Amino acid sequence: MAKSKSRMSQEVNAGSMADIAFLLLIFFLVTTTIASDKGILNVLPPKLDPNNPPPEIDKNERNIFTILVNANDDLLVEGEYRENAEGLDEEIKAFVLNFGAPDEDAQALFNSLPASLRAQAKRDPESSDHPGEAVISIKTNRGTSYEKYLEVFDLAKKAYFDIYAERVNLDTDEYRTLTGKDEAEDALIDKGKEGIPMAISIAEPDKIGS
Amino acid sequence: MAKFKKKTKTSESIPTSALPDIIFMLLFFFMVTTVLREQEILVEQKIPQATQLQKLQKKTLISYIYIGKPKNTALYGSEPRVQANDALMNTTDIIQWVNRERDALPEADRGMITISMKVDKDVKMGPISDVQTELREADARRVLYASVGKVVRN
Repeated sequence: MAKSKSRMSQEVNAGSMADIAFLLLIFFLVTTTIASDKGILNVLPPKLDPNNPPPEIDKNERNIFTILVNANDDLLVEGEYRENAEGLDEEIKAFVLNFGAPDEDAQALFNSLPASLRAQAKRDPESSDHPGEAVISIKTNRGTSYEKYLEVFDLAKKAYFDIYAERVNLDTDEYRTLTGKDEAEDALIDKGKEGIPMAISIAEPDKIGS
Repeated sequence: MAKFKKKTKTSESIPTSALPDIIFMLLFFFMVTTVLREQEILVEQKIPQATQLQKLQKKTLISYIYIGKPKNTALYGSEPRVQANDALMNTTDIIQWVNRERDALPEADRGMITISMKVDKDVKMGPISDVQTELREADARRVLYASVGKVVRN
């Protein structure tokens, strides 16, 4: 008994281990879908309370940057017709940073901005007073395609992220990937946003012409 | 000639004993990253492209809603439908669904529930705005428009 046992090889043959691992590997390669949880974040307005109607907003027209998208995906930007959304981000940026009639706080904000952003202030009295007042309004139609809506919304977000990133001296992509997982990141995010709220208003789509 | 002799002395086979380890490492990577899809998507999903993508820190807060034209048009028609979990539902059922999803979260996180809207490119704004109205009604106001990165051309 003892003799026959000792004659047998003591080691397990591990030569086919790689093959087994390969088989498993290929199985997981095929079944894997790397989950993509990326997207554009939007916060919807609170629900309407019938007893408590929203307050009348008396904003000056010059403080609202209106973008209308109709059922044919044509755009009407500040009353001006155009076929595509190209260059919209730059226009929104210029609108937000206009500083047409800044009050005391806005003047302090203006002075705190880096020179590259200050240089973009056109001080046009026909455009927004200061970033705290500026609102981007996007209004769609029920027949507008989701793709077009997302494109416009994306550009509006890009304009704001560009401003925030430039303020803290980062690349736009770098700023956007900040998640606030530690205090340093939180501080950076807050420093970028301070005094310049991302005011993108999405109006209820109208029903005509869909 | 002396040079030739030197060369022939070195062993020509590559040691492959570390191969299983390397393969296992790859295997574990894929095992960890794999999410086995537990639900069948009943609507078409061509996710639109965008540039300003953001990632959420806490994935557990995300609930998914799929909107698109049903794949099985004979059964469900060709109008865009809403799918949550594994069944198509009516817009009016969204509030109930949101409340159920919210109850599944730990109490401290309930206010931060985020709805990831996976919407097909070809859907019009009408159905989407209906869904958003319901979400507002259900007080789940954080919405993530799922999209894939666009290559920016300069």
